[in-house]
Amino acid sequence: MREIALHILDLIQNSIAASAKKVFLDVNEDEEGYFVFRICDDGKGMNADLLQKIRDPFVTTRLTRDVGLGIPFIAMSTEQSGGHLTIRSKEGVGTTIEAAFLRDHLDRPPLGDLAATIRVILVTNPELQFIVRYRYGNNCFEFDSLAVKEMLGDEIDFSFPEVYLWLDAYLKQEISKVRNDQEAT
Amino acid sequence: MKTLEDLKALREKLKGDIKVRQKQGTKIIIGMGTCCIAAGAREVMSAVLDELAVRKLNDVQVQQTGCIGMCEKEVLLDVIRPDEPRITYGNVKPADVKRIIADHVVNGRIIEDLVVGKIEQEG
Repeated sequence: MREIALHILDLIQNSIAASAKKVFLDVNEDEEGYFVFRICDDGKGMNADLLQKIRDPFVTTRLTRDVGLGIPFIAMSTEQSGGHLTIRSKEGVGTTIEAAFLRDHLDRPPLGDLAATIRVILVTNPELQFIVRYRYGNNCFEFDSLAVKEMLGDEIDFSFPEVYLWLDAYLKQEISKVRNDQEAT
Repeated sequence: MKTLEDLKALREKLKGDIKVRQKQGTKIIIGMGTCCIAAGAREVMSAVLDELAVRKLNDVQVQQTGCIGMCEKEVLLDVIRPDEPRITYGNVKPADVKRIIADHVVNGRIIEDLVVGKIEQEG
């Protein structure tokens, strides 16, 4: 994957496949020298056996073939960048993934288009409660899809073009504000 | 400057559109497995969303699906018009999206050079 935002999109597909109703994404550009993101979901979780084997590319829950590359990809990317991947999971409770990359490592992928990732997730999963926190230094942007849905009412959701156009512009604006404020300090 | 307050105005504006949206409208389905995302599925979906918005095609539903096993032909994009066969396009690039929407979604003309599969719908 060329962007960390694409890994995030891929990993959240796992949360959705695990029937998550709520996903929390935390992205921190600089956590003591590491670029860190965490995804925490309330999906069905994994048992200890699956959790132990999940980094093996030949372990997957998919039905089309016996290879799953999502977790091995992100594990490889973090390790190549002097970081780590931690997965905690409990059946019936949910899964938390933490990916850390040495921020200034040459092999760390760029964050990429986080706004596009968030928009694609919300348009195709309008029922999901998706909470995003994007942090850089002391600057922070928080977004909760439930707050937006409450403003829109029951009949209108993220699949309406006017709503997803607004969402894209809003996310881009808020993310770049956090970046610019941090870089100005 | 966009704010959450904009949504109040949007809510009022969209009230009238709700009746227009039908669940029986055309569907566009894009694969979002790991392989699909690595091949550029997010960019194709973003292009679809932007083009639908430009053309104000409010009744087209955009959905995602997992990997269907034709990874070498990704990005895969399916178009299902009501009562017509499900058409699967392969090797779709963001630049192909305008043509797929104009020719197929709007005018019902299948773009044969991009087709990799056709499934007759039941019922």
